[in-house]
Amino acid sequence: MAEETNAKSMTIICTKGTLDWAYPPFILATTGAAMGLEVNMFFTFYGLSLLMKDLKLEMSPLGNPAMKMPMMGMHMAMPNIASMIPFVDSGATKMMENMIKQKGVASIPELREMAVEADVKMVACQMTLDLFEYGQEDMIDGVELGGAATYIQMATDSHINLYM
Amino acid sequence: MSEHVLDAKGLNCPLPILKAKKALKAVPSGEVLEILSTDPGSVADFSAFCKQTGNELVESSSEGDVYKFKIKHTA
Repeated sequence: MAEETNAKSMTIICTKGTLDWAYPPFILATTGAAMGLEVNMFFTFYGLSLLMKDLKLEMSPLGNPAMKMPMMGMHMAMPNIASMIPFVDSGATKMMENMIKQKGVASIPELREMAVEADVKMVACQMTLDLFEYGQEDMIDGVELGGAATYIQMATDSHINLYM
Repeated sequence: MSEHVLDAKGLNCPLPILKAKKALKAVPSGEVLEILSTDPGSVADFSAFCKQTGNELVESSSEGDVYKFKIKHTA
């Protein structure tokens, strides 16, 4: 690990599995790897969604008051109650996906593939896999399994430790 | 001088950096990679990228809304 090479290293704990929150960890992981850092990602709770073979990431205005979307020349937030209306969440997701394409932002599958290519190590939390009844076969190849101690050991050797 | 050119126009963070890193692998040591970008954030980012990786940022300039970077592959 860190002491075997002279490379600096970074760990990221990924706890969220929505389309918007999938970005920060994958952006920093791929960029860190590109800048020569050894990067370890630890996926727990809803972050496990980011490792699934079948990526179906969505986002919701619910509990997301800062989510203001550019619409008709201004920025509009959606009231929480709007999420109760059918198709509002899928509409917000579609809108985000369109913005991503238009603005030349990478897609999450693209960033995830680049992370894998760059030898970013991905560890899935064994306990949350059990809790939500997922198995290694549900996730992309190369994911390792581990627990809290695995993370602590990686983090102790690491220069940058982030929780997202 | 730069025969290695990466067109990263229209791409947003962190794609210009990621593509540049990939492109640098094919550039022999001592030679220069030229990168074109339209992402204003890439000005600070390529400077940071070079500081961190030890590659030399030979040029950072702009023409209209296109940013041009020249990175000498030294690391």
